[in-house]
Amino acid sequence: MLARTAASLYWIGRYVERAEFTSRLLEATIRFDALSSRPAGEAAWDSALAVAAADQGFDATGADRTAANVSRYLTLDPANPGSIRSCLDAARSNSKSVRTALSRDAWEAINRAWLGIRQATSGGNYATLALVETLRAEARGFEGALHRMLRNEAYFFLGLGAAIERADNTARLIDVKYHLLLPEGEEVGGAVDRDQWTTILHTVSANTAYRWLYRDQPKPWRVADLLILRRQMPRSLLASADEVVGLLTALAKLRGLQGEADRAARTRQATLANSTISTIFAGGLHEWLGCYIVENARIDRLVSTQFRFA
Amino acid sequence: MPRSGAYDEIWGASGSREGRPEFKHLADWIRDTDTVEFDRRQAAAEAAFRQLGITFAVYGQEEAGERIIPFDIVPRVFTAPEWEQLSTGLVQRVEAINAFLDDLYGAQRILKDGVVPAELVLANAQFRPLLMGARPPHGIYAHICGIDLVRTGPTDFFVLEDNARTPSGVSYMLENREAMLRLCPELFQTYDVLPVDTYPDRLRETLESVSPRSDHPVCVLLTPGHFNSAFYEHSFLADSMGIELVEAADLEVDDDIVWMRTIDGRVRVDVIYRRIDDDYLDPLFFRPDSMLGVPGLLAAYLAGNVTLVNAPGTGIADDKAIYSYMPDIVRYYSGGEAKLPNVETYRCREPQALQYTLDNLADLVVKLVDGSGGYGMLVGPTASSAEIEAFRAALIAEPHRYIAQPTLALSTVPTLVKDGIAPRHVDFRPFCLTGADGVSIVPGGLTRVALKEGSLVVNSSQGGGTKDSLILAPSRQTIDPDGMHQTLGKMSQTMGRGMKPMQSMGRR
Repeated sequence: MLARTAASLYWIGRYVERAEFTSRLLEATIRFDALSSRPAGEAAWDSALAVAAADQGFDATGADRTAANVSRYLTLDPANPGSIRSCLDAARSNSKSVRTALSRDAWEAINRAWLGIRQATSGGNYATLALVETLRAEARGFEGALHRMLRNEAYFFLGLGAAIERADNTARLIDVKYHLLLPEGEEVGGAVDRDQWTTILHTVSANTAYRWLYRDQPKPWRVADLLILRRQMPRSLLASADEVVGLLTALAKLRGLQGEADRAARTRQATLANSTISTIFAGGLHEWLGCYIVENARIDRLVSTQFRFA
Repeated sequence: MPRSGAYDEIWGASGSREGRPEFKHLADWIRDTDTVEFDRRQAAAEAAFRQLGITFAVYGQEEAGERIIPFDIVPRVFTAPEWEQLSTGLVQRVEAINAFLDDLYGAQRILKDGVVPAELVLANAQFRPLLMGARPPHGIYAHICGIDLVRTGPTDFFVLEDNARTPSGVSYMLENREAMLRLCPELFQTYDVLPVDTYPDRLRETLESVSPRSDHPVCVLLTPGHFNSAFYEHSFLADSMGIELVEAADLEVDDDIVWMRTIDGRVRVDVIYRRIDDDYLDPLFFRPDSMLGVPGLLAAYLAGNVTLVNAPGTGIADDKAIYSYMPDIVRYYSGGEAKLPNVETYRCREPQALQYTLDNLADLVVKLVDGSGGYGMLVGPTASSAEIEAFRAALIAEPHRYIAQPTLALSTVPTLVKDGIAPRHVDFRPFCLTGADGVSIVPGGLTRVALKEGSLVVNSSQGGGTKDSLILAPSRQTIDPDGMHQTLGKMSQTMGRGMKPMQSMGRR
């Protein structure tokens, strides 16, 4: 496979994953905003910006942090490189140049999502929810198309990009919610608090999963446990780490060689698998997540080098 | 209205809508199908094309972005004898084009024998003297030719233009057929249509057959990138052939060998189906400002280590100034008269022809010898007097840059327009492949239709559309509505009413 093709596929995986994550984030934020009384509702939009790592970019536009402004910035603003529109633009542009490596279904899903957002105009929460709903359906369509693709390099690179991106997004989500919304000494268990954790679970569509696993109302440490260490939970950090190892191994099998990225990914997987949520909390969750995000970025770079992306 | 006396390929010359005897069923289908139903099917086809991304960019219209070429739901049909007549003429012409190129870049006999004026070739920018003596495998230069044909009567076909550089449009031939099979399956139950979907396989075989190395040749398709107007076609063809779609940055030349960069390192490339113009192939050789090219590619070609499809320098064969000599060129190499005649052409470089052209501008079509895509062209009968005067001045200033042709009464085909079905002028571009085993032509081609009433300009950049072009199988089997009986090889079968014929199911 051409190195350029592999790089494009990897980035398609990342961009689509990010677009979907941002859609979920918006949906959960609107829900939380609607459930809570001010000013807790406004704080939801601050934290949405922080989770999407878009707070500095947003402030640079000079706009007020209103629900309408933030949601427009995260969905449609072409000036925001992480907006859903920008992600889909980039995903489609990459898809176009590697059309031959994508199945027709996979291309059509991306193209439809792109056509959809191109026609979208900013409106109120209702319009945003409708848009987000459509985009999530397209993202599901894309995932479905992926699973029907030949299990060849193209499939593995798409999956690798998605898994790396997912690990980053989930880590950010936990970090921001925990750090921003649960300052030291704050009492756990109030109504606002319950809504916060429900929002997080909603963002990763894990509300039902949580109930099945813990049979309890959302508690911060349990949500952290679910999103970090539970293998059964597809968006957890450990599940993403498993996926990265699995995909790299599949690529190594096809090509008959391994590299630095394989070793780093296996080390991360082993470390995570041997961790418990109490040891993570003991060392400080925020610090732990910071290290995790850095390590994830390092694996991303090792993948680029190993497969000659540049 | 169409030009008076225009021959309609389905309805015939009579002006009635009964249909030629062989197309009676098709004429009935056109008459009996509700326009609303045609509109619905056409919209479905265009929506599918947009979703697939079968788009093209119009140069100079930034805001237009990506457009789809309008697709017309009413097909054009050629009978088996018509196709037979066309294809033998095409084979003869394409063989002559390759023989001509092999001669020009070799011994130049045709110039020495004075059949074509030497200065017309040697002083032509499309002729590349630096390539002389580098004979590509099997002496084939123009592996893929798109020959533009027009028709004026039942058996009157003319070559309007040869395309021997990087002809495009074949993806429309294939996708239009897919759309028709989906949207008008009833036509394929009535008519026994030859398949076009063998084209990608034949193209791959053609590429492999001209490889400089014999075992497991690596073929790639070189595209300028996804901003190019024909990018969809590039990716479609690479995909359906199962070969890599590369950009210049994916290739490197080392010691006159071409390599592509893969995730596992370098892989040697043997055949490049390039969809980049000569000028942009290699910045060391042609345009130094080209960002699209691969430095060293031409050296690798001259060393015989890689085959370029089509070879560089083929532009001399489809130059409009050379075109007028094609009947002589065909006669020179084939030993017989051209089976497909040219459109009568006045070379404005010749004084009498120039005078005739200037005297009859209002009736003629005048073309720049190096223009394409419908640009730099005057259609006398529909031009304003200001346009005519502008061309008159240009002709007097630089007569050698122009040719003139009579305005032909191009044939029409029924076409879905705003007010229903009406005749519109068409042309036809079949795609001819030349490999080690000779010329092969997939039974089909690209029919372009001028959607504007009376217009003769079919180019997509000028608002033309496309149609599917059906070629009927030799033994025409019209299926009786009450059932059918047919013999297929050794198999004979009878089917009741309403069943789909096995034979077409098997083929697709």
